[in-house]
Amino acid sequence: MKIAIDTSKCIGAGLCVVASPELFAQRDEDGIVYLINEHPDPQQGDSAREAARLCPTLAITILD
Amino acid sequence: MIDRIVIAGGGQAGYQLAQFLRDQQYPGAILLLGEEPDLPYQRPPLSKIYLEGKSGPEQLAFQPASYFQRREIEVRTGVRIAAIDRHARRVHTACGQRIEYGHLVLAVGARNRELPGLGPLQSVHMLRTRREADELRGRLPDIRRATVIGAGFIGLEFASVAASQGIAVDVVDTAARLMQRSVGQPVAEAFQRRHESRGVRFHLASGTARILSEHGRATGVETSAGERLPADLILVAIGVVPNVEVAAEAGLAIGNGILVDERLRTTDEHISALGDCACFASRFAPNGRCRLESVPNAMSQARQLAAILAGKASRYEEELPWFWSDQAGLKLQIAGLSQGADSWVERSAGDGAFSAYGFSGHRLVAVESVNRPGDHVIAKRLLGTGARVAPEHVADPLFDLRHLLAATA
Repeated sequence: MKIAIDTSKCIGAGLCVVASPELFAQRDEDGIVYLINEHPDPQQGDSAREAARLCPTLAITILD
Repeated sequence: MIDRIVIAGGGQAGYQLAQFLRDQQYPGAILLLGEEPDLPYQRPPLSKIYLEGKSGPEQLAFQPASYFQRREIEVRTGVRIAAIDRHARRVHTACGQRIEYGHLVLAVGARNRELPGLGPLQSVHMLRTRREADELRGRLPDIRRATVIGAGFIGLEFASVAASQGIAVDVVDTAARLMQRSVGQPVAEAFQRRHESRGVRFHLASGTARILSEHGRATGVETSAGERLPADLILVAIGVVPNVEVAAEAGLAIGNGILVDERLRTTDEHISALGDCACFASRFAPNGRCRLESVPNAMSQARQLAAILAGKASRYEEELPWFWSDQAGLKLQIAGLSQGADSWVERSAGDGAFSAYGFSGHRLVAVESVNRPGDHVIAKRLLGTGARVAPEHVADPLFDLRHLLAATA
């Protein structure tokens, strides 16, 4: 499983971090998302998918 | 403890309230009633990447059906509240159901404002629901000209998508500038220039005198100045009105929306309201109360109302309002409310990206950032902490505004 993020879409809402703090974080200087782990374990799949669904700009894509 | 919470409204606020109630370990029954036929879904993409056809319906839904089953949130779609029997603590639905509540939450949102006097005509669209977005998506490939009535966020996001697809777009608005209700002059002008550089034509300070039509299909717009704008499709995007009617008929206090107190409670102890439909006391609003039509507001109120209803919090602690819009390759982020600003100071890096700082007298009340997410994050902290920011600080490009944060720590 691989997570792809489009930082140009990110508006720093932080919903991904709330859904999945082990996979997503926000840059201090501008609130834009960055990945802690681009290739999550299978057990982290559900929370990765939840983060993708909750993002209000659909900036996160999960590639299986 | 409330044994049964009924949430009227399956939008952002209603869905997140249900989610946060379970996150707060609320053990009672939760019933979520949505008027639309879909499970709760994201609205922002409807005027952006969904409209462009770059994402599909399956990516819009907040959660699949299995999520609601797993968390024991009963969801009924296609259900509209027609009346509230406050004495019996029951809601009556349009389809004849009678549903009892221990506590009722009105997350009924708003609906598109209609153009007065317009009868049913083909090729006239509005944009708020997935269905409306699907209709527009279906038509965009076949049209050459579009006229948008309303230069607010939805109208401009649509215009931006249409222009990218080579469609000739005319935008009409009675105001003298774009996004007049929400954005100050400097940023409005920057967006106007950007849209115009992509071929969009603006007709500002112009009303819509009439919709031109032939055989039941709209063919264009005649402005109050007498100019005729031919169009294959017309988008009416003149704002929304809060759905207060059911609350008003039930005797709840309404104003600019359903009035709520510091607990997001209506004038009925067993009914709360939040999101696009709710009018609350705000220290950020120029006249002390506001109703915010935004995803961040729905999220913030849902999170805190869940804590209040679960008995974990006693009042709503208002968070700084913020907002975003994507148009014409520009990312606009707004911290605070711009309506109260009477002067603006700009700060730019010289590459087209800039931020406009709005002051009410000497007090910073809003910051509008265009492709400057770093400025936006600092602005949220400055405004959220009430830091003292003077126009001179902003006007000096060598002054690091973060120093003003340290001063309040």
